[in-house]
Amino acid sequence: MACRAPVNRIIPFSLVDGPGARCSVFLQGCNIACTYCHNPETQRLCVGCGVCVESCPAGALSRADGSVIWDRTACVACDTCIEVCEHRASPRIAWQTPEEIFGIVRGYAPFIRGITVSGGECMLYPGFLRELFSLCKAVGLGTLIDSNGTIDFAAHEDLLAVSDGIMLDVKAWDPDVFSKLTGGDVAPVKRNLAFLAERGRIEELRVVVIDGWTDPEDTLAGMAGLLGERTGAQRLRLTKFRRFGVRGPLADAPSPTDERMAALVRLAERLGFADIVLS
Amino acid sequence: MSEFMDIITADNLTYKQKVLKLAQAAENSEHPIPTTPAFDRFFSRDAICDMHEGNAPYRARYICVDFQKFARQGSDFLRLDAPENLDDLLFNLEVLYENIPSVTGRPVYCGQLDKIIDPFLGDLSDEEILPRLKRFLNFIDRTVASGYCHANIGPEETRAGRLLLEADAEVQNAVPNFTIKYDPAITSDDFARLCLKTAMRCANPAFANHRLLKDTYPVPEAGYPDGYTIVSCYNVLPVRGGAYCLDRVKLSRLADMAGSVDEFMDKLLPEATAALLEYMNARVTFLVEKSSFFQSSFLVREGLIERERFCGMFGVIGMHECIEKLLGPGHTYGTDDEANDLADAIMGKVTAQVLDFPAVYSEIGGDHYLMHAQAGFGDQLESTPGVRIRVGDEPEVFYDHLRHSARMHRFFTAGVSDIFPVEPTAAGNLDALLDVIKGAFAIDDKYLSFYPSDSDLVRITGFLVKRSEMEKFAAGKAVLADTSHDGEGNWRANALGDRKVRL
Repeated sequence: MACRAPVNRIIPFSLVDGPGARCSVFLQGCNIACTYCHNPETQRLCVGCGVCVESCPAGALSRADGSVIWDRTACVACDTCIEVCEHRASPRIAWQTPEEIFGIVRGYAPFIRGITVSGGECMLYPGFLRELFSLCKAVGLGTLIDSNGTIDFAAHEDLLAVSDGIMLDVKAWDPDVFSKLTGGDVAPVKRNLAFLAERGRIEELRVVVIDGWTDPEDTLAGMAGLLGERTGAQRLRLTKFRRFGVRGPLADAPSPTDERMAALVRLAERLGFADIVLS
Repeated sequence: MSEFMDIITADNLTYKQKVLKLAQAAENSEHPIPTTPAFDRFFSRDAICDMHEGNAPYRARYICVDFQKFARQGSDFLRLDAPENLDDLLFNLEVLYENIPSVTGRPVYCGQLDKIIDPFLGDLSDEEILPRLKRFLNFIDRTVASGYCHANIGPEETRAGRLLLEADAEVQNAVPNFTIKYDPAITSDDFARLCLKTAMRCANPAFANHRLLKDTYPVPEAGYPDGYTIVSCYNVLPVRGGAYCLDRVKLSRLADMAGSVDEFMDKLLPEATAALLEYMNARVTFLVEKSSFFQSSFLVREGLIERERFCGMFGVIGMHECIEKLLGPGHTYGTDDEANDLADAIMGKVTAQVLDFPAVYSEIGGDHYLMHAQAGFGDQLESTPGVRIRVGDEPEVFYDHLRHSARMHRFFTAGVSDIFPVEPTAAGNLDALLDVIKGAFAIDDKYLSFYPSDSDLVRITGFLVKRSEMEKFAAGKAVLADTSHDGEGNWRANALGDRKVRL
């Protein structure tokens, strides 16, 4: 069977997923569940319960053999289906092959310099990524992975060989804070940080700042401690939490102040980070 | 009240604006250019249009003075010695600007400023140069006061180019427009990023595809790197020359007269094109033979312009509505193949006819008039500029929009452009904008401009105005730049505030 992955959406032009103009591919499904997730509907695969089928105002959803079928042409993108879904899933996905995605992405040349695959968690589909990236590399398109860092990159040397770099989320440093925020284990993130930094494969480290839920001061100190003299070589992106798309306890949470962000930049500089981006 | 008294008593025009309008009204009281019955028929239906250039042209529409030559020689007529330092140069230029006519009564071109200024920077420090450049740019903004005035920089990175960009971002003026002649093989990425950073602050410069445009016209003399310059909105014209006139076929109005696509293609389009071409010949003949402009102007006498480097521009406008009327709903120009193919066929037909017609006094165009995608000026309803896709009907994927542009741009020698508002956050990833420009230019887009979607400085058809000034004029107040008049009407008529934010 051909290698396929569930594709949530493809954004032809992204300003915020790596250097230059890039096409972003979002895969469906995640192995953690962050409280601050902007796209909670990308976290799980559809279980076929059918609640959304009844709610769809455009008649774009139907059921067959226990699955929900999405009619892309009838869909009006009103988002009702993902709002009524109780499983943090979306019926609007397509299981596609690397060749199919490449066919779409290639049509965006010569305007883009590469693609960035994100999620969900795209590292759930390493074989798919390797094939897609190999196709991209063959025509000179760049390849970046946007990952939550919970899956060991050391086990995927073949994928790293065709990847330009990893944009690595470091959501928290303390195991309890990480677990409360994501439901997952921070240990593999730290292993990946050390492994990828040593290989020089980190495109960007990403730390999201939200008052009371992440502990960015601790995260910055933890990363700098682990990276040691490599700290200055890593680009660090400090991102303000914004509530758009967020559901659950943080749906109405405020963004951190500019003062807080500025203080974090100063802290990061003291810790040895030299290339710091605020977003 | 007479038209003259309306102008005299208006309370929303400045003194200078009244003088210009009175001059135009006086000119229009004469009718020296003969027209044919065919011209009159299409003209009465608004299917061909003389752009309100005036009935009796006594100056060329657009004049592209060779300012580099002026910087070398000064001017006998103006009693200006060749400049010896930056202050001399900027003063001389300011004096010359006051003496350059055009259809607007003021210069539409103020020079390839980086090339003119760079040799005069000498040992001056940036701190000494910047206030001078800002004062100079403010002089142009406050005295020329027309958003149709245009400056060029590039393609090479120069110190003067960098400082002009820095000065322009600080003064936040609508005048002049800037264009960079951009060629990724010549222009450094650093300089291109500086241009984009500046565009995200003040909507300048726009980007012209130098690789495609550089050989449009022969150079005026040996040693010049190219023979073209960008003037007015985005007209590509011969330097040391210009355009006699710009007249246009309003395809949208012409389609109103058609009972079928065949009638439009086989009868109306060739007839209207022929009628306009004949009219242009009559107009150019009057200007060259009767008006005495080229015989009396010191610009000609001192070699700053040459009659042989002028040509007429044949414009088209309203392709979007033309296709809509001809094909009916369901075939949206920009996204529908049949609609785009018909547009391509229309342009192919018009262009072939224009390039087959013997144009008078048009040596620089190979004895033919030059095609221009005219973008309109005031509040003209139902005529989307040139061959652009109407606001609201843009393709979902930006790259499809750029491909469509490239397909249509290929017909136009003397100017065609697209304008895209971009997210303010693009300022944080200038490489992304640059990637898109490189891609667009690689597939032969000719001209692109960007402005941040939250900017006070916005592009109308190509020219820049300040939103705040348009609002003042809309509230009945007089404003300095009369392009705010055109801008205000056009902004409303074409829903420009709803342009799809592209990046």
